[in-house]
Amino acid sequence: MRVGVVYFPGSNCEQDAVYACRQVGLEAEYVWHKQSLIEGFGALILAGGFSYGDHLRCGAIACSSPIMPAVERFAADGGLVLGICNGFQILAEMDMIPGTLLANNGLKFRCQDTLMRVERNDSPFTNACEVGQVLRINMAHYEGNYFAEPETLQRLEANGQVVMRFGPAADESGGEFNPNGSIADIAAISNEAGNVMGLMPHPERAMQSALGSTDGRLVFESLRRAIDARDGDSQAFVALEGKPAGV
Amino acid sequence: MKGQVVVRLREEVLDPQGVTIGKALANLGYDNVASLRQGKIFDVELATDDPQEAERQLTAMAKQLLANPVIETFEVHVGSKV
Repeated sequence: MRVGVVYFPGSNCEQDAVYACRQVGLEAEYVWHKQSLIEGFGALILAGGFSYGDHLRCGAIACSSPIMPAVERFAADGGLVLGICNGFQILAEMDMIPGTLLANNGLKFRCQDTLMRVERNDSPFTNACEVGQVLRINMAHYEGNYFAEPETLQRLEANGQVVMRFGPAADESGGEFNPNGSIADIAAISNEAGNVMGLMPHPERAMQSALGSTDGRLVFESLRRAIDARDGDSQAFVALEGKPAGV
Repeated sequence: MKGQVVVRLREEVLDPQGVTIGKALANLGYDNVASLRQGKIFDVELATDDPQEAERQLTAMAKQLLANPVIETFEVHVGSKV
């Protein structure tokens, strides 16, 4: 079953995401945001970048793209949806994931390796990991400071929706480390059903040891396993509009 | 008719931009600034003359797109005061 990588004007990680899927043996293809229905995908990835130039709020304008009602329906039917970085911001703006992402503490764009602890491995996005395993994955964002109201946070923790937390410092200085001020060190969070996850760091950039880490493979390997396990049980939508020229 | 939506960060949400702007004012000699929070104003011209209808539409716009209820509140103003 194929993975659809959804991208918008201003997205810039869709090629990396398609590459990462193919590296672990998944078929993947681009899905332009003007497409209003989607067909035959086992999972969707909302790619990172700066959709619509981050106007109004990061991810806010993307919510009005024709593809998003289809993504929402895909998720409501149980389809797997992974939002990476700006994709996470879009999922939060869509209310497909609770909470929102504020500017990093210190108001700095941070591009650096970060370490994340896997909190649970019964998720379709972490089933190839061990609980407590620490992944080294790069992050690059200005608005990744996860925020939710206290009652919401309590509910998320009680439901086990925190899938990964920022762990020890990546610069080997040791100790707890949170690179952006996220509440409860949250780096990845899922919806209540667990089939939709938002993740700030970029696993698609951690696929080759020459680039510093291969830990991102575990996320895509997990996705492949989850899709294999569900194969043949996927939604079938009808595609209406095609992709733009040059893609 | 003209309408306006004012969007503010909720009180419990830290506003680092507002803090920075407040500090900049202090640097310029405005040492009386006890606190400062920034927000957004949307001036909207609507193709209706009915203030109630305008208010209803602007409220819907604010809820759906202009404000993020997790971190922001909004006010809608319609008519001559705008």
